[in-house]
Amino acid sequence: MSTFDWVIQLIYVLAASCFVLGLHLMNTPATARRGNQVSTAGMITAVAATLAIIVHGNLISTTGWIVMIVGALVGSAAGLYSARTVQMTAMPQLVSMFNAVGGGAAALVGVHDYMDAGARVSATTSVTTLLDVIIGAVTFSGSLIAAGKLQGVITSAPVVFPGARVLNALLAVVAVGLGAFVISTPSTWVLLIIIVAALVFGVSMVMPIGGADMPVVISLLNAFTGTAVAMAGFVIGNWALIIAGALVGASGGILTKLMADAMNRSIRNIVVGGFGTGDAVAAVAGPGGSVQSIAADDAAIQLAYASKVIIVPGYGLAAAQAQHEVAALADELESHGVEVSYAIHPVAGRMPGHMNVLLAEANVPYPQLKEMDDINPEFARADVALVIGANDVTNPAARRAGTAISGMPILDVDQAKSIIVIKRSMGHGYAGIDNELYVDPKTSMYFADAKKALTELTAAVKTLVG
Amino acid sequence: MTYPALLVDVTIFVLALWVGFEVISKVPATLHTPLMSAANSIHGIVLAGAMLIAVTADNTVGYVIAFLAAAFAAANVVGGYVVTGRMLKMFRRRPALPATPAATAVVAGAAEPSPNGKGPAA
Repeated sequence: MSTFDWVIQLIYVLAASCFVLGLHLMNTPATARRGNQVSTAGMITAVAATLAIIVHGNLISTTGWIVMIVGALVGSAAGLYSARTVQMTAMPQLVSMFNAVGGGAAALVGVHDYMDAGARVSATTSVTTLLDVIIGAVTFSGSLIAAGKLQGVITSAPVVFPGARVLNALLAVVAVGLGAFVISTPSTWVLLIIIVAALVFGVSMVMPIGGADMPVVISLLNAFTGTAVAMAGFVIGNWALIIAGALVGASGGILTKLMADAMNRSIRNIVVGGFGTGDAVAAVAGPGGSVQSIAADDAAIQLAYASKVIIVPGYGLAAAQAQHEVAALADELESHGVEVSYAIHPVAGRMPGHMNVLLAEANVPYPQLKEMDDINPEFARADVALVIGANDVTNPAARRAGTAISGMPILDVDQAKSIIVIKRSMGHGYAGIDNELYVDPKTSMYFADAKKALTELTAAVKTLVG
Repeated sequence: MTYPALLVDVTIFVLALWVGFEVISKVPATLHTPLMSAANSIHGIVLAGAMLIAVTADNTVGYVIAFLAAAFAAANVVGGYVVTGRMLKMFRRRPALPATPAATAVVAGAAEPSPNGKGPAA
C-alpha cells in the first residue's frame, strides 16, 4: 500500500468519524446545528479525498470528467432548489425523494461495477453487487411511489389489487432465483430482468400502504437506502460508504421500530396489507353518553383562566395549515400567565417528528414541545387539554382489550381536569372507531375548522380577558 | 494472517451498525425529522461511489450510468444538508425577539403575579 493510499484511507476514517459525531450532536436541539455542520465537513472531506484518488490515478478520460462534473452540478442544483423552496408540510415527500435518488445511485454503482467487471466477478463480490442492485432498485421505485402518495399525485388510500401478494412473492422469487443464476453465469440481460423485477416489487410493496402508515414506510425506505449504500461500499471496496450506509441503516431501523410501536402495529403487518386489515377486531359497543359542545367565548375564558394548558396537535392541524394560529393562541395565553406546552405523539404527522418541525416553523420554542412519555404524567396537573386534529392517539379505549387500537400508546388527555376538542365533525380517525374521549363529561367539543377556531379563540381571549 | 477483504468489510459494517444504534437511540423524538434528513444527507456519500465509476466508464452506457449516478447522489447530498440546516435553524429556545408580541408579553407577564414558571423549561 502506497503512502497515498494510507493518507486517503485515514481521510475516509476522519470523514466517517465526522458522520458519527454529527449524529451524536443531534441528541439535543441546542447542538444539532453544529452536528449538521460537522457532518457536512465530513462529507466535503470525503468527496475531496475521492477527487484526489481520481486525479492521482490519472485514469479518467476527458469524457469521464465532463460526465461526472456536469452530472454532479445538475444534481446539486436540483437538490439545492428543492431544499430551499420546500414547504415544511411537504418535508416527508422531499425526504422520500432523497431516499429514491440515494437508492437509485447506489443501484447504478452496482450495475456499473457488474458490467465493468464482466466475467471476472467472483461469487462473493456478485452477491454484494446483487444485494446493492436489488435493494437500491426497490428503494428507488418504492420511495417514488411513497413521495407520490404524500404529494397526492397518487391516491393515499391503500391500493390493493387481487393477486398482489402472489405478484410480490413471484417477483421476490424471480429476483432471488435469477440472482443465484447470474452469480454462476454472468449475464447483463439477466441482471436487467432482476432490476425490472426489483423496481416492480418496490411499486407493489408501497401501493397497498395507506397515508396514515407513511411514517413507518419512509423510515423503512430510509433504512433500505442506507443498506443499499453500504452494499455499494462493499462493491467498490470503500469503507466510507460502508460506515455511512450502516449508520443510516441503523437510524432508519430504529425509527421504523419506534413508529410501528407508536401505531401498535408490526412492520410485517403494515407492509403486507393496508390499514385495518389483519388485526381488525369487531368493535366493542360504543360508549353511551352525550356530547356537549362549547362556544368560542366559553372556551376562551376556560383557557385564559387556566394555570396550565396542554395543547395536543394532530395531523389535522397540519392539514388545516393552522400551526401559526395555534402558536398565536399559545402566545396570547402565555401573556396572561398561562403555562403552555405541547404534547406530541410520535406519529403526529407524516414522518417521524414531523409535528415538531411544523411547530418550530411557527416559532414555538422547542422547550415547549414535549414527547409522549414526558408529558403524560403532566396531564393530571393540566387545567385544560386542548386537542386539535388528533383523534385515535387520544382515545382511552386503547387502554382496554378488545378494541381496534388496544395496546396503542396514547396521550393521557382524559387525565386533564377539562378537555376541549376542536374538530370539524364527529368523524372517525384512521382506526374507524368512536373516540370515548368525546363523551367524557369533562370534554367539550368545539365544532369548527382548526384554523378558524384558533383565530376565533385568540380573538375571544384578547377581547374578553384583555 | 491477512483477512479476506469481504470479511474486513463485513466487520466494519456490523460495528458501524452498532455505533449507529447507540448514537441514534439518544436522539430525542423532537428531532426525528431533522435526524432522518441528516441521515439522508449522510447516505449521499454514495456520491464518492458515483465519482469512482465515472473513472472506469468507457462506453455510452457506462457514461449514462455514471451521469445519472452522479446527478442522483449530488442531489441527495446537497439537498439533504441544506434542508437539514434549514429545519434545525427553526428550533429555537425562544422565538426571535422582535418577531412576535411574545417578547413584550414576557415583560408584561413578569409584572403581574404569576405562579407559573414561564422561563425555558430546561
